[in-house]
Amino acid sequence: MRTLAGTRSLGQAALALAIALFLGLFLVVPVTTVIYVAFTEKGGGALTLINFLDFARTELFVRSFWNSVYVSAMTVVWASALALPLAYLTTRFEFRGAMLVQTLGFLPLVMPPFVGAVAMQLLFGRNGSVNLLLDEWFGFKIGFMEGLNGVIFLQAIHYFPFILVNLSAALRNIDRSMEEAAQNLGSHGLRLFRRIALPLALPGYIAGASLVFVKVFDDVATPLLLNVKEMLAPQAYLRITSIGIDDPMGYVISVVLIGVAVATMWASALVLKGKDYATTQRGGGGLARRKLKPRESFLAYAVVILILALVLAPHVGLLLLSFATVWSFSPLPDGYTLAHYARVLGDSSVYIKNTLLYSSLAAGIDIVIGGAIAYLVLRTKLAGRQWLDWAASTALAVPGIVLGIGYLRAFYGVKLPDGTPLATLWIVIVLAIAIRRLPYALRAAYAALQQISVSLEEAAENLGATKARTVRRVVIPLMTGGLLAGFVTSFATAAVELSAVLMLVQSNSDAPLAYGLYVLMQTPAGRGAGAALGVIAVVIVAICMGLAQLAADRSQRVRGLDI
Amino acid sequence: MSKPAKAVGIEIAGINLSYGATHVLKNVDLTVRPGEFFAFLGPSGCGKTTLLRLIAGFAQAQTGQVLLDGQDVAPLPPWKRDVGMVFQSYALWPHMTVAKNVAFGLEERRLPRAEIDRRVAEALDLVGLAAFAGRRPAQLSGGQQQRVAVARTIAIEPKVLLLDEPLSNLDAKMRVSVRRELRALQQRLGLTTIFVTHDQEEANTICDRIAVMDAGTIRQVGTPMELYESPANLFVASFLGSANILGDGDGISVPAGKRLVFRPQHATLSSVAGATLRGPVTHREFLGATVRYSVRIGGSEILVEVPFQSGGELRTVGDMVGVALPPERMLFLPA
Ligand SMILES: Nc1ncnc2c1ncn2[C@@H]1O[C@H](COP(=O)(O)OP(=O)(O)OP(=O)(O)O)[C@@H](O)[C@H]1O
Ligand SMILES: [Mg+2]
Repeated sequence: MRTLAGTRSLGQAALALAIALFLGLFLVVPVTTVIYVAFTEKGGGALTLINFLDFARTELFVRSFWNSVYVSAMTVVWASALALPLAYLTTRFEFRGAMLVQTLGFLPLVMPPFVGAVAMQLLFGRNGSVNLLLDEWFGFKIGFMEGLNGVIFLQAIHYFPFILVNLSAALRNIDRSMEEAAQNLGSHGLRLFRRIALPLALPGYIAGASLVFVKVFDDVATPLLLNVKEMLAPQAYLRITSIGIDDPMGYVISVVLIGVAVATMWASALVLKGKDYATTQRGGGGLARRKLKPRESFLAYAVVILILALVLAPHVGLLLLSFATVWSFSPLPDGYTLAHYARVLGDSSVYIKNTLLYSSLAAGIDIVIGGAIAYLVLRTKLAGRQWLDWAASTALAVPGIVLGIGYLRAFYGVKLPDGTPLATLWIVIVLAIAIRRLPYALRAAYAALQQISVSLEEAAENLGATKARTVRRVVIPLMTGGLLAGFVTSFATAAVELSAVLMLVQSNSDAPLAYGLYVLMQTPAGRGAGAALGVIAVVIVAICMGLAQLAADRSQRVRGLDI
Repeated sequence: MSKPAKAVGIEIAGINLSYGATHVLKNVDLTVRPGEFFAFLGPSGCGKTTLLRLIAGFAQAQTGQVLLDGQDVAPLPPWKRDVGMVFQSYALWPHMTVAKNVAFGLEERRLPRAEIDRRVAEALDLVGLAAFAGRRPAQLSGGQQQRVAVARTIAIEPKVLLLDEPLSNLDAKMRVSVRRELRALQQRLGLTTIFVTHDQEEANTICDRIAVMDAGTIRQVGTPMELYESPANLFVASFLGSANILGDGDGISVPAGKRLVFRPQHATLSSVAGATLRGPVTHREFLGATVRYSVRIGGSEILVEVPFQSGGELRTVGDMVGVALPPERMLFLPA
């Protein structure tokens, strides 16, 4: 018996060690390299703060920093302005448009903001469709896309669903007696919402808002495609690509980016301390939703349709652009053509092939490692297993651009036998994507495993199966649905990952779709083809999301039979 | 806290309420007199909370009327009804201090700050929690939370007070002391109060009158003593205290559709000779002041409790005994 337990925990330890090695090599080493370089003298090896002093003395960087803070904060403000009414409407009223609003939650996952940036320029820019029409009809224009406003506008309509989803979930979880007690004491309507519901839903709101803040702060490609260079993340990219990987400023900016991400998460945890009210529903019924009066109903639909139009604008713009012959200084394209699709499916098809390859490899790595960590954490008593979880989760606080810079720096010196640096191999791109997506795959694996009762495993062992066989014959089959959903979701989001990739692509033949799109979108001549690539990406991702949903449903049914 | 100018009566007439296919309240008629401490008593799921929520405006009936002080409240939303409700879960807001919780209703009424402060202090004084004004609900015991919930409700000086199983979250000892406090408070304020419970002792000890409910209907309304002494039906008889029920099947004759009902302590054991009710003793329990015998009569088992006298003769299991019952203690009740 003792030897059996011995081999068992030996196997687990070996597994844990392998994962630790992987995380160490591809997450910890690159990130510590970045931090180390930021704190050492250029050329020399002495530790120093001089680089940070230089950073603080360079007006461009300071301005970029505050611009990033401003843009992120304003994005949160506008995203909240969009999310609040929708959350209120769908959780407190009988509203048929609620389903529509729910699906909004998936849109930012389907298409990251940079994909639609150019299309939005054409729709909302100074000489875009909307302003041309406004000018013609009313004689004025609105600077939606002017400078930083453009970034805020684009990011807000892309990221508000993060706030919406978290806030709605929190609002739905408030015990109904909380609000009924307030009504009983004479409160109702918006005042009640502001004084009772909103404060109780604060944890959900903060979770969404801090996520949006960090995502916007770290975004490289969206500002660059809108020709906004004076923000922090773009500065890191520009610095490294124009001056080289020896210049310390790129690393200093990276450390600042990490610092802001960590500080944001820390601050939100601080705000939420002692506010985890956990007032889940007791007793049946749920909150009584109020019926809308006809006038209110009309207003509600108007709001929802307006927001939906905004959210879909980048998609519509992208689609138009992908079929457009020429589109400038006119509300709609001059003519339509299939040439862009012919082009991207012809000579640019390498991007698509690369994306399919990279994303499936990355998602595969994620689901194997995520599943293994989840198993070690939830089902074994291995010492230090929690560390694997923490390590994998820290990837959340590492901006993509920082990971990219870290890979370049850490692996450039590592040469293969034939002399090519490790950092230039395409597999490094896959690893970077895998690390970036790992925290999400890990959550999916936890969820899948948590839904399997331990007693099922014990029953198998009781019937004579060994631990390894139990895992193979009982645990993995039962987890399949959940893991599959995790795989497909990782795949989909990996397909549009750009910020880490941006640093690592060495030649066009190794570039994935997101990179190709970014390059093509830079020039007016490439836009059509870029848009066509974007449409293809959106279609791939949307199909995957649908598949993930199917897989999740299927596993639900399988479990339904077990219970 | 000042006494309300005039206590308010509640009239409920012809109420039918369904949630989809579930008929929750069936033809409910009820009058609660001004200043009365009234109880809804019944088993779990019989519709007590629903009836309370109907009065507070959180549920809508398909037919019938609720009159407060003679006025139909149907057109009034919950926030205009002036009906104070203390929720079963207390529903204290965790993000506000005790004082803020109590002040909420007053702030909603846009009273001047000074008056709000005064009334919050008064309400907290009344429930003996003045020292806890600055605490969060999570930092209070169950009984203190319950009292905050009451203070929050009476601070707005509602027309009537509705209490939904306010003691169910307290331990047995607390329950006794808190229910006395509630009763004393109600007396002082002279406030018409409805108290929901499924514990008959609770209802008996503090309420003026009780409505016994079963499966959405009101089976009887009366004072605790009336209900105990002259229950109108088998349900009420057996829900309040223990009752022996015998019917045709047990070899005795009863009026059609009725059964013989009596309390264990009203019967005595006699000799078998000449007794109409007789059978073997199946159990004997010594309770201190009384001895409780189980006797099998026909197909039923009944209980008889006789005072214990030291040195007195005890029956043993297996003895054949007669059960004697004074005629005035015999009740013939319908189901
Ligand atoms: N929103 C609802 N939808 C459907 N059925 C409901 C709803 N609310 C209550 N019911 C049903 O109505 C019946 C009465 O419920 P109610 O809460 O009034 O019972 P109660 O007497 O207060 O019970 P308890 O003593 O357990 O609190 C129950 O059968 C319950 O299932
Ligand atoms: Mg109830």
